[in-house]
Amino acid sequence: MTAPVKPVAPAVAAAPTGADDASAVGAAGALDVSVKRVRLEQLRQLAHSKSFLIGSVILLWWVVCAIFGPMFVPYNATATSILSTNLSPSAAHWFGTNNVGEDVFSRVIVGARDILEIAPLATLLGTVLGTTIGLAQGYLRGVFDMVVGRIVDAALSLPTVIVAFIFVVAVGPSTLTLVMVIGFVFSLIIARTVRTAVLQERELDYLAAARLRDESVPHVMFVEILPNVLGPIIVEFTVRLGYAIFTIATLSFLGFGVQLPTPDWGADVASNYQYLAAGYWWETLFPALAIASLVIAINLIGDSIEAVLIQ
Amino acid sequence: MFVYVLKRIGLALITLVLLSMIIFFAGQVLPGNAGRAILGPFASQQAVMTLDHKLGVDRPLVVQYWSWISGLVQGRLGTSYQFQAPVSSFLFPALGRSLKLAAFAFVIVVPLSILGGIIAALNRGRGVDRFISTTSLSLSTVPEFVSGVVLIVLFAIDLKVLPVTASAPPSSPFLTQLRYLILPAIPLVFILFGYIARMARAGTIEALDSDYVRTATLKGLPRWVVIRRHVLRNSLLPTITVIATQTGYLIGGLVVVERLFTYPGIGTLILTAADDKDFPMLEAGVLFIGIVYLTATLIADILYTVLNPRIRLGSAE
Repeated sequence: MTAPVKPVAPAVAAAPTGADDASAVGAAGALDVSVKRVRLEQLRQLAHSKSFLIGSVILLWWVVCAIFGPMFVPYNATATSILSTNLSPSAAHWFGTNNVGEDVFSRVIVGARDILEIAPLATLLGTVLGTTIGLAQGYLRGVFDMVVGRIVDAALSLPTVIVAFIFVVAVGPSTLTLVMVIGFVFSLIIARTVRTAVLQERELDYLAAARLRDESVPHVMFVEILPNVLGPIIVEFTVRLGYAIFTIATLSFLGFGVQLPTPDWGADVASNYQYLAAGYWWETLFPALAIASLVIAINLIGDSIEAVLIQ
Repeated sequence: MFVYVLKRIGLALITLVLLSMIIFFAGQVLPGNAGRAILGPFASQQAVMTLDHKLGVDRPLVVQYWSWISGLVQGRLGTSYQFQAPVSSFLFPALGRSLKLAAFAFVIVVPLSILGGIIAALNRGRGVDRFISTTSLSLSTVPEFVSGVVLIVLFAIDLKVLPVTASAPPSSPFLTQLRYLILPAIPLVFILFGYIARMARAGTIEALDSDYVRTATLKGLPRWVVIRRHVLRNSLLPTITVIATQTGYLIGGLVVVERLFTYPGIGTLILTAADDKDFPMLEAGVLFIGIVYLTATLIADILYTVLNPRIRLGSAE
């Protein structure tokens, strides 16, 4: 990995799968109400989860920085100055300055933007694509499932970072490339999870009923099955979002992600860590801590969503 | 079981062929023109075409793929664009150094994480369990270069107890070399710890809840005998699989750690190859990472079957 694939528990869909029950036709209204009640209860549980709250506060802080950061930072994040390079943290420069004299605090705040733009987009692309592939694999089975399954296995026999890396090297780094490449690699991983969830639904009566009604394949896939496997898909989304941040930061560190002088945490670590040995720790440590806080926040949120949805 | 092993090897080979196609596609087809990529935008069209011909990239794709893959099978990995020397003379020494670092990380992480998982399971639901689970999960989500930087600042710069780089001076004794590898190994240990400990914990809890453990306890065996003879034997089995699947990940992590600690392994090799647009080197390096991963999962699968009496005896009947 295969970036380590977190084991996702099998789908225990929160929504009752009672649509197959003939008598449920008349009770459709009541069913809707109970689904709503379950969702409300889940939200209530989330609001009481400590790790969800802590994660959300940290994430919210970085989202605010990403959107409004440039308005409130003390310095222009890309203003270099030969006269004030490698200054240690002080009242004027809270996080010090780096080897070209940029203000590290300003760069850390503004640096939230690119990663918070690319990661959610890539994860969304991966989830939509992966859900479609996984639904088709699990429902259609046969040759299609086998061929796609082999390709997924092959692509996943390399670490995600390396798969993303060879494609970025091939087409050149840009925001669009990063979104496409990471989205595509993630879609393979997500397809695997969705496929497993669909296989468990496959033998249930409501699908037999849909087949007897002669529903079209897309209708069965997206209208009948999808709502019942939504739980694991939501969990996958949050887990992958964490890995997207991990992957993008790593690619930037390796020099194949966000390009300087755009403020970016991974790229800032890469351009400054060689000065660590000289004792200039602040220009590397603060962007590194920013990455750590963001990935941990997203994983705290993901874990609490998983705990609520799959119990 | 023999049939199963053969089938498993066959599947791994198919995966390997597909993987080689993906790598060939990314390395040879996507970048477009290799000659242009090497010579840059200002070279004359004539020079680009001459270089293309020399590199053999003006032939049809199928021919190129075939000559690459048949060379690989015969042990010829191609010629590096950058060094004008066989790729293998760079690849294998680098791979060896990477495996040394990886093995060191493994030797630290496997006993540690299994112990952590078992301790967490035996204290299920208590503070110790929550502490181990939360800490290990948080550590495993942080990119290696991030934890690496924090470690360097702490141990190499603040406390000055460990070196900043990973490469010991040439011909230094074995223990000195290991000392240089401690800091680079820890970020890898952090990431792996969470996954292995999680599996060991789940396996132990499953074994603890089983009927045979209850029977063993009820017939009056001391607790540590129950744990050693009945719980551990059963809980460690699924852990083996996780350890092997993480091998592939570990090599991915090496790329990052090697760059941070300037260690001349396979990661540094493919990064340098990517910077130089040295596609034969890059493709061979990435393919070997895939081969190491596939071999590791294959061994794990077979080991799992051999060690699991239910499968071993079941198919013997």
